[in-house]
Amino acid sequence: MLTISREIVDSIIKHAKADHPDEACGVVAGAVGSDVPSRFIPMLNAAMSTTFYEFDSGDLLRLYREMDRNDEEPVVIYHSHTATEAYPSRTDISYASEPNAHYVLVSTAENGSVNEEAPLRSYRIVDGVVTEEEVTIV
Amino acid sequence: MTVQVEIPTILRTYTGGNKKVDAAPGTLESVIGDLDANFPGLEDRLVDNGKLRQFVRIYLNDEDVRFTGGLETEVDDDDVLTILPAVAGGSVASEVTEQLPAAVGGALRA
Repeated sequence: MLTISREIVDSIIKHAKADHPDEACGVVAGAVGSDVPSRFIPMLNAAMSTTFYEFDSGDLLRLYREMDRNDEEPVVIYHSHTATEAYPSRTDISYASEPNAHYVLVSTAENGSVNEEAPLRSYRIVDGVVTEEEVTIV
Repeated sequence: MTVQVEIPTILRTYTGGNKKVDAAPGTLESVIGDLDANFPGLEDRLVDNGKLRQFVRIYLNDEDVRFTGGLETEVDDDDVLTILPAVAGGSVASEVTEQLPAAVGGALRA
């Protein structure tokens, strides 16, 4: 189960809507081992694509060094699908390499340009196996 | 005479949980070979068919090795190599992924 604050959920959805129709991506860092996502870090989609996202390699190194200094890890790795549902694609699964992370997907397919809640779902992706989990917003 | 190598979470199963390990200097290819001698299986998670896997980012100090000569990059004594998982994905299968079916699902997984 993912437990996440209303404020961070809103920030993720706002980012996804702002970048629609391109895919938006980012991380919510938290203290190592805490499983609590506390620091919202929107990232640039270096691919600037409607169907693909990728952290720029320089940004990736800076992000991980910063988390390391703060004794943090990526508790949530999020991105948006802008024309399909909020379910991990084959590409998402093949790239998923953080066994402790909650992979959060937002779909802006239905209401990307209007000011309504977009569907947000969370998954564990370990060894290529996707398991959807409950999201508790506090 | 050592190179310090930073290992990402997903590959620490190979290094007994260690986040930092040492390797002998040389080309990146030989450094990875030396790592594999100490931590068998690691090379296969980083290299596929003589190329760095697309799911991995390796940095020599602050520089992505894709821009410094890839596996031919010279890694000297006291250099730091940082290995990170690429963070990427998307709603449809990418062309790159399509071209490398053998790598799909096998990337960095321990």
